[in-house]
Amino acid sequence: MNAMTKSAAELRRAARDHILAPRLETPFHDRLMALSEVNDWYNWAGYKAPHSLFDSELEYFAIRSTAALFDISPMVKYRIAGPDAERYLNRLTLRDVMKLGVNRVHYTAWCDDHGHVLDDGTLFRLGAQEFRLCCQERHLPWLLDSAFGFTVDIREETEEIAGLALQGPTSYAVLRDAGFADVEKLKPFDIAAFPHEGSDVTISRTGFTGDLGYELFVQRAKALSLWDRLWAAGQPHAIRAIGYGALNQTRIEAGFIVANADFVTAEGSLRALRVRMPDEIGLDWLVDPDKPNFNGRRAILDARRNQTLKHILVGLEIEGNIPAEHAIVYHRKKHEAGLVTAAIWSPTAKRNIAIASLERPYGSKFTDDLWVEIYAMRELKYQKMMKRAKIVPRPFVKLARRTATPPGLT
Amino acid sequence: MQKYDALIVGGGHNGLVTACYLQRAGLNVVVVEKNGWVGGAATSRELTPGFLYSNCSYVCSLFRPEIMRDLELPKHGLQVIAYEGGAVFTRDGDYLASYRDHDSHRREFARYSKRDAEAYERYARDVTRQCRFIQPLLMRTAPDPFGFRPRDLSEFLYLAKKFGEFSPHEMAETLRFWTMSISDFLDEYFETDVIKAYLALSGIIGTALGPMSPGTAYVLLHHYMGEVDGSVGAWGYARGGMGAVTQALARSFEAVGGTIRTDAEVSKILTRGGRTTGVVLANGDEIRADLVVSNADVKRTFLKLVDEDALPGDFVHRVKHFKMRGSSGKVNIALDSLPEFPALPEGSSCLRGDMHFTDSIERMERAYDDWKDGRWSADPFLDMVIPTTLDPTMASPGKHFMSCFVQYCPPKVEGRDWTDADRDAFAETVIGQIADYSPGFRDRIVHMEVRTPREIENEVGLTEGNIFQGELTFDQLLFNRPVPGYAQYRSPIHGLYMCGSSTHPGGGVMGAPGRNAAAEILRDLKRTPEQMSKAHDVI
Repeated sequence: MNAMTKSAAELRRAARDHILAPRLETPFHDRLMALSEVNDWYNWAGYKAPHSLFDSELEYFAIRSTAALFDISPMVKYRIAGPDAERYLNRLTLRDVMKLGVNRVHYTAWCDDHGHVLDDGTLFRLGAQEFRLCCQERHLPWLLDSAFGFTVDIREETEEIAGLALQGPTSYAVLRDAGFADVEKLKPFDIAAFPHEGSDVTISRTGFTGDLGYELFVQRAKALSLWDRLWAAGQPHAIRAIGYGALNQTRIEAGFIVANADFVTAEGSLRALRVRMPDEIGLDWLVDPDKPNFNGRRAILDARRNQTLKHILVGLEIEGNIPAEHAIVYHRKKHEAGLVTAAIWSPTAKRNIAIASLERPYGSKFTDDLWVEIYAMRELKYQKMMKRAKIVPRPFVKLARRTATPPGLT
Repeated sequence: MQKYDALIVGGGHNGLVTACYLQRAGLNVVVVEKNGWVGGAATSRELTPGFLYSNCSYVCSLFRPEIMRDLELPKHGLQVIAYEGGAVFTRDGDYLASYRDHDSHRREFARYSKRDAEAYERYARDVTRQCRFIQPLLMRTAPDPFGFRPRDLSEFLYLAKKFGEFSPHEMAETLRFWTMSISDFLDEYFETDVIKAYLALSGIIGTALGPMSPGTAYVLLHHYMGEVDGSVGAWGYARGGMGAVTQALARSFEAVGGTIRTDAEVSKILTRGGRTTGVVLANGDEIRADLVVSNADVKRTFLKLVDEDALPGDFVHRVKHFKMRGSSGKVNIALDSLPEFPALPEGSSCLRGDMHFTDSIERMERAYDDWKDGRWSADPFLDMVIPTTLDPTMASPGKHFMSCFVQYCPPKVEGRDWTDADRDAFAETVIGQIADYSPGFRDRIVHMEVRTPREIENEVGLTEGNIFQGELTFDQLLFNRPVPGYAQYRSPIHGLYMCGSSTHPGGGVMGAPGRNAAAEILRDLKRTPEQMSKAHDVI
């Protein structure tokens, strides 16, 4: 016991130097640094991450036309394992985990007791009793407290596991040429393990771009060799490394939302009225009322029955070509109806698109005659515009190659 | 004999704030101060050549920016510098640091517990939510349930509306917050001793309660609702020491024609026919004034300066039982070089923040046990800062001023008065604790000032040396501070007002009591202040 205590203290002492590098470097930092032409870094959850590496506009076309490599290591990752893991996650999250097969991934979300969304994320089923949960915010106390009464082991593994997203029409070709045999068998949301350097790399056919693409997870120590393997194989397929600016464009086209950008998480909100229920951020389809009890179930079903839902998340197509980021949405140009949370000119759809959070009944009952007020600063003068907005289904961009199995080479 | 419109008893920060607002509203105001300098418990004094001491209050965060602006304090020399983080040293030679950088702070907590590291977010959110609720109340007069005038009703409605913006869940949280012990509160978030000890500090500073006493969670809020330039919860140093706050106030006051008389101790507040007529000084001089505003604490004002027979009996009884217990002391040290703390990495930002040596709630509670027995804590907790690491004006280059706030320290030692020998033994307890973590510390000491409740009461005039002029427990807040029915700065005597920290919203170098008192006085005079900003919006 004494020896154990001492070693814990020693470990703790060894970790003191973290303050010397307040922005951690990801396992791929050396490669990113070498490729960074513009030194355009931002802080992603305490990590130094590229906003762009050479040119966001061109990086976008790497995703939509060839293959793009994006470092997702800063994403928060939890390993959840044990005999009750499935039952536990079913109680924790909105979707039915019993329907999630081994070697499958699903997108899900989880709520507090009031049905307010704590976060969204992807749940990887790596085995009958083994899962990985990936998300934007940190939840360890919530996950541990929720485990009361379950035989389950929960571990935060963000720093130990390196992650890469390989996205774009030639991403399959890159993996094939990198020697990942049978990777073409992966259907969307499938997972498989492949040998790499005496260890395993877990590849899933998932991504945040709405395009053909994969996500790869590997032990930190094998990160650089994995990068090099992909990079070498990717050269004939015009692989490029990209930053978040380009990825964000594609995720808006795909209609995906980002926690604490398109909605405020329940644990992150200082203002009580800012929280959202799943139905208020377009995640109603995740809620499975027929599965066993899950956290927030009663509040969500009550809100549906009593029609007390206050907000709704919609996709907007806006006339013109000026992105309407954070613009106010009006009904009949007069009544404030909500706020645009994300907006771009979509190079692929050739349309001005936006994701907006509206206050019901706008967006639910009143769906016509919506307008956005755009303030565009041009050479120190605001050009004020009132533009017509139309509610359209998401995704804004739907690509057949995303789901084609076997995947195409281009 | 000269007659003033208003006379302020005591030149502390709140007295000066009231004086400034009244003088600016066109009154002829005099501040009467017993010491040879103004400042009360916010002073900078050169107690040994070359060193300025912030010898009472020592850090700044609560002082309301609205007041700084109204009274043009920056023009009169006030600058507040935000400081960086801090640390608790642990007995095993390690430490827990606090860093301003969000992710560094999380990683530092994660050295002790990954769970606690991720729990900090929710903790900070919950505390911030409560601070956002309280902040706008600081600059408003508490509604008086005894009066129930239209204005009191509207204040109650305001409170109800503020409260109504909370979800039922948050209302429950608020009530818990205002009544729980800081120890129980922290247990709901954290598992690590040293993390809880660090966060509990703010729950007991200046309070004659232990971390396990109910009510201490609110005291923590009181320390978190300040700000430095909009950064809520941040603390800073007043450049030039805490005297810079009161010096700027004094200059602002004199610039608009106010009069300050130092070395003028008030021995009696005169009353005739239920109203005040002025004061008599210790030297026998009489100063006439239509209004007298006491910056002294409520006990000193009504039990020492006013004739008891001029006051209602129940009022006197309440004042006597207002909790204002001495619980802390102060050791101020001039150092000829920067102390070393081998546990810290070289150049650590912790040296520029607040430092502590108490690494568990249990040690804090045991320190409190000593106080209950009438002794100073054998293992006290310290709030130690070295402002000269960021402020070049308080000592020459390479030299340092160190301020150690020490708790617990009783008003009497085992029932008898403090002696000089007691004081020296108390100081040795403190120095011994620091030296355990900082080899060679004693050799760096050039000069030292030791202040037990005895010294604080004698010099500053705070009863029992209580830094808040009365404890900040829920029974002594809002319309119960200091006495039910007299929470709006007025007293039973016509023309006699209170403006010190004994009044709402309480202690700390905040200025809000002084400002609110001025607002009430001007209301009675049917005058409007030249400039009195409303509380800044909390959006």
